[in-house]
Amino acid sequence: MITAGVDVGAKFVKIVFLDDGKVIGRAKALVGFDVGKSASDLFESALKNAGLKRSDIKKVVSTGLGRESVHNMPPVNAEEVVSEVVADAAGAFHLVPSAKTVIDVGAEEGRGVKVGEGGKVKDFVINERCAAGAGTFVEAMARALEVKVEDMGPLSLKSTQTIPMNAQCCVFAESEVVTLIHSKVAKEDISKAIHDAIASRISSMVLRVGVEKDVVLIGGVASNPGFLPPLKKELNTDIIVPEYPEYVSALGAAIIAAKDGV
Amino acid sequence: MTEVKTQEYWRWPEYRYTVQGKDWHNAKSITVGVDIGSVGSKAAVMLDGELYAYSVMRTGGVSEDTAIRVTNWALEETDLRMTNINYVVGTGYGRVNVPFAKKTITEIACHARGAHYIYGPTVRTVLDIGGQDCKAIRCDEKGKVLSFLMNDKCAAGTGRGLEVFADLISVPIADLGKVSLSVEQEPPPVSNTCVIFAKAESLALLRQGWPKEKVAAAYHAAMADRIVDLLTRVGVEKDFVTTGGVSKNAGIIQRIEKLLGIKALTPKMDPILAGAIGAGLFAQALHEKELGLR
Amino acid sequence: MLAHYGYKDGSGDYFIIIDTDKCNGCGKCAQACPYQVLEVIANDYDIEGGNMASVREEQRKKIKYTCAPCKPITGERKMPCVLACEPKAIAHSW
Repeated sequence: MITAGVDVGAKFVKIVFLDDGKVIGRAKALVGFDVGKSASDLFESALKNAGLKRSDIKKVVSTGLGRESVHNMPPVNAEEVVSEVVADAAGAFHLVPSAKTVIDVGAEEGRGVKVGEGGKVKDFVINERCAAGAGTFVEAMARALEVKVEDMGPLSLKSTQTIPMNAQCCVFAESEVVTLIHSKVAKEDISKAIHDAIASRISSMVLRVGVEKDVVLIGGVASNPGFLPPLKKELNTDIIVPEYPEYVSALGAAIIAAKDGV
Repeated sequence: MTEVKTQEYWRWPEYRYTVQGKDWHNAKSITVGVDIGSVGSKAAVMLDGELYAYSVMRTGGVSEDTAIRVTNWALEETDLRMTNINYVVGTGYGRVNVPFAKKTITEIACHARGAHYIYGPTVRTVLDIGGQDCKAIRCDEKGKVLSFLMNDKCAAGTGRGLEVFADLISVPIADLGKVSLSVEQEPPPVSNTCVIFAKAESLALLRQGWPKEKVAAAYHAAMADRIVDLLTRVGVEKDFVTTGGVSKNAGIIQRIEKLLGIKALTPKMDPILAGAIGAGLFAQALHEKELGLR
Repeated sequence: MLAHYGYKDGSGDYFIIIDTDKCNGCGKCAQACPYQVLEVIANDYDIEGGNMASVREEQRKKIKYTCAPCKPITGERKMPCVLACEPKAIAHSW
């Protein structure tokens, strides 16, 4: 039985096709101004690439900020919507059956999810509506540093000293970064301070649900190599980052589709 | 009226002023209040609690130097010397350092006192919206602080948030408020208070065909909502006054007045001096305490 | 005087409120706090003297995060600063 999970995030749409527990297709694209259209365009091209028709898909479940945009709307026609924390838990649990704490850091939100029996959600905490608490912060600082977003992580790993950052707001931090650059502080050290700051914020929130092993990190920011070391340090625990971390929520939605479809 | 304006093209006008018809030789207490802000610094010279001279200039890189310069400039053309000054109180942003001040009082307290002087003894609530922060102060009939709240963590609700927005819709910041008021019907406020997310939301609205005035109105409405939330936390009691750079944005102030159902008083003099005047008044009280008069 | 230390940002309101009329400057809240959020300072709001509890300057912009571990999602919420204060001068807005 083939199911699909569509995660319409704040920045990217992610799609996963699942056939009896095995991933048979993945697709990702930027969310444009027309959220629904971006999601459905990607869905159509993903179907084509996987050699599938919509009728081959038994059930589609959507999640993410824009989940309603594809709910019962052709051509995606997601039959069900689930909240991100539910999809996060299901997806992480499928990949790591020993997962007890899931941390999902995306473009606009950071989440901590406590996983219960069978991959259900036990507790959760969301860090939302403030750009300093999620991936947008790294992106904005990359602009201020005049560095590509994907280079921010590797840059931070070359840092040789810790410098404090006072600003806790994305907008004020941009000005602070400019001042630091003018004071001839090395970009590597600034990048490290940025990653330390966001790791500190995310870990503080996760402590509210409690940290229990195994801890799994997913979401777009999980692919940032500069984020993992300070996060591990703050939480004082090992962290598992599965392959394709930004697709785990979509995977979770596809798994939920399969469960209900039985 | 002695008024000296110094203007270099890349600076906003700095100025000093001496009140005519006053003689400092007759004064029992000659005090100075120095307010070092994150952008502008102010010095006020008080004679027995009456404003005598003041100066407003840009805060330089080293705040101690700025403190000396702004004070000297206020004294210029008054033939007062630093040795004539009985007491100096410093105030301002963060861990301010006015090296020659005998005491430092927080900017919150100085602002409340100064607002009383500028607007009158009926002031009970002061809202200060600056470039990088927002303060809400409740005070009593003497200008003593009863409750306060300051927000300098988040750019939403500060001048900085407006700067970002002005850039987005390419409207000079001085015109932004007026533009936001030129809509026929008030649109719903943008749903995000975070400046970064509100900017993205506004961009989407522009692309949907919303005219600039409508987007400006939506953003100003959201900012006013947020500021009123903060004010409600300390409570608003008449008379209500506003200070700080953003108090010149009619789009924000009018919306706040509408939400509160209260109109703000109009000032008799430049409200930017509230902190320095308040500090000068505290200096007078402390000097009198020293002399055993209190 | 009610001193509200903290901030409001897109995600909510986070204020530690200290009633300086009730506060006797004993410092038990500062000692109880596991993250050095609080300190006792000389009253610089008026010409009268006395000490009062305050949120450290460097903590004011991140108390949502620093105080997070004392506010678990489930279970009993035991905030050391509030429990330590006899005159009940300290409160959290969230």
